[in-house]
Amino acid sequence: MMSNFPIAEIRKDFPILETKINKNTLVYFDNAATTQKPLSVIDSLSNYYKNFNSNIHRGAHHLAEKATEEFESTREIAKKFINAASNKEIIFTRGATEGINLVASSYCKNFLEKGDEIIISEMEHHSNIVPWQMVAKENDLVIKTIKVTEKGELDIENFKSLLNEKTKFVSVVYISNTLGTVNPVKELVKISKEAGAKVMVDGAQATSHKNVDVSDINCDFFVFSAHKMYGPTGVGILYGKEEILDKMPPYMGGGEMIKDVSFDDTTYNTLPYKFEAGTPNIGDVIGFKKAIEYLNHLGRENIYKYETEIRDHAWRELKKIDRIKLVGTSENKIGIFSFYVEGFHFYDLGLFLDAKGIAIRTGHHCTQPLMDKMNLDGTARVSLAMYNTYEEIDYFIDELKKIISK
Amino acid sequence: MITEQIQNEIIDNFNMLDDDIEMSLNYLMELGEGLDPFDEELRVDDNIIKGCQSKVWLTHTFSDDKLLFSGDSNTAITKGLLSLLITVFNNRTPKEIIESKLFFINETGLCRFIGTQRSNGLEAMENRFKVIALNSLKNG
Repeated sequence: MMSNFPIAEIRKDFPILETKINKNTLVYFDNAATTQKPLSVIDSLSNYYKNFNSNIHRGAHHLAEKATEEFESTREIAKKFINAASNKEIIFTRGATEGINLVASSYCKNFLEKGDEIIISEMEHHSNIVPWQMVAKENDLVIKTIKVTEKGELDIENFKSLLNEKTKFVSVVYISNTLGTVNPVKELVKISKEAGAKVMVDGAQATSHKNVDVSDINCDFFVFSAHKMYGPTGVGILYGKEEILDKMPPYMGGGEMIKDVSFDDTTYNTLPYKFEAGTPNIGDVIGFKKAIEYLNHLGRENIYKYETEIRDHAWRELKKIDRIKLVGTSENKIGIFSFYVEGFHFYDLGLFLDAKGIAIRTGHHCTQPLMDKMNLDGTARVSLAMYNTYEEIDYFIDELKKIISK
Repeated sequence: MITEQIQNEIIDNFNMLDDDIEMSLNYLMELGEGLDPFDEELRVDDNIIKGCQSKVWLTHTFSDDKLLFSGDSNTAITKGLLSLLITVFNNRTPKEIIESKLFFINETGLCRFIGTQRSNGLEAMENRFKVIALNSLKNG
């Protein structure tokens, strides 16, 4: 049953996993919020500041050259990681949230007209709801939402019924951070394109778990965050098709994004720099490269296979506990388990598990509309990553049973 | 400060738990269970204290210059915390409540267990007691 995934070696690369919490070894099951970082990422941050900290793209000196080279090599490796066509399609952002805001602000504000429609889904993270609401309010656009079924899947027929000649933009999540559902994004993109809409995929929960190929998905935009895939916080990537990004106006003004500036006028830099105003988060972008290298080294097929095994184990064991009600039961899901226990509040559960060293997330997981739809105040959420083990799951299940019998 | 003694008693009780988080949580749960039943009709929006993840209701009566509180929460641990606040503030004059400084939360180490994110909810609860005291002073 157990694959030959090098779990013991992997765990050695994540020193934080040895932390003791209230005399118990940490069991980190909050990976959908953020993942832990391997030593190669941590070391690269201090290496950068110790040895070649410098501003990029402008200096005439050795350090600037070295920092620029390292920074740009992250763009190159990220391009290959998601199979983009060109480095010009890789824009560094602060994270997935900024990527969505950038597109909402630069694309939708400029290319959509009053009354045009944007489609999102009921399972979106607030980050893929609020930017659209803001731009819709300002520009008299209409937002429609794809219904989620009882199992926690997108209702494709409902989606098709929402499309019409006014639909100009569709933005959907690849993998739900609350339900774990893996949405059929390739199909959604195809349907959207047939209706003439541009499509954005929120890939924040996807890139650490499975292969992502934006050319195959054929989406116009794709966003993700480094910190959810073993990289540093404060860095993300917006992928966009070159011909679309080229037409879009800059989102922020400042250094780096300009070609010429005078008090009369400014001409903008070319892609990707047009969208990267100001000194970027150089150290963390360089650290991000190490995270991608780490994933590449293990191979995302191997990661996916192992994570599916531990997902199945956790799922089986959770299902055995009568009082546990799982929210999100699609067969197409990753190891994210949202649940509630009748007669035991999720907040109390989170605190008692924490006392045992088990870190989970409780609450609405930034998907309040989804919780409202399901008539829930919130859930407890376990989200697994590649460094989690069968033993950790068994320990969690044992403690969970003890706690809810209090 | 008149609430000093009762706060010290709370600290002594928690000290007996030897810094064990699980025992402290169990103790908080027991304390919450000890609160008087809360009238269903009082579970209204006006009495809700907006915390982070849990709902808390608090009401009061005011007579002979003393405030009496009753409250409830939908989570066991928060209800335990609420019961401690009620223990400290019950049967005090508005002025005594306003002048009280809560030191037991830091000294019991409760803030360590409950964490800064959740302490915000605690702060909201403390504020509500003080607002009730302030309003009683104005109206009384």
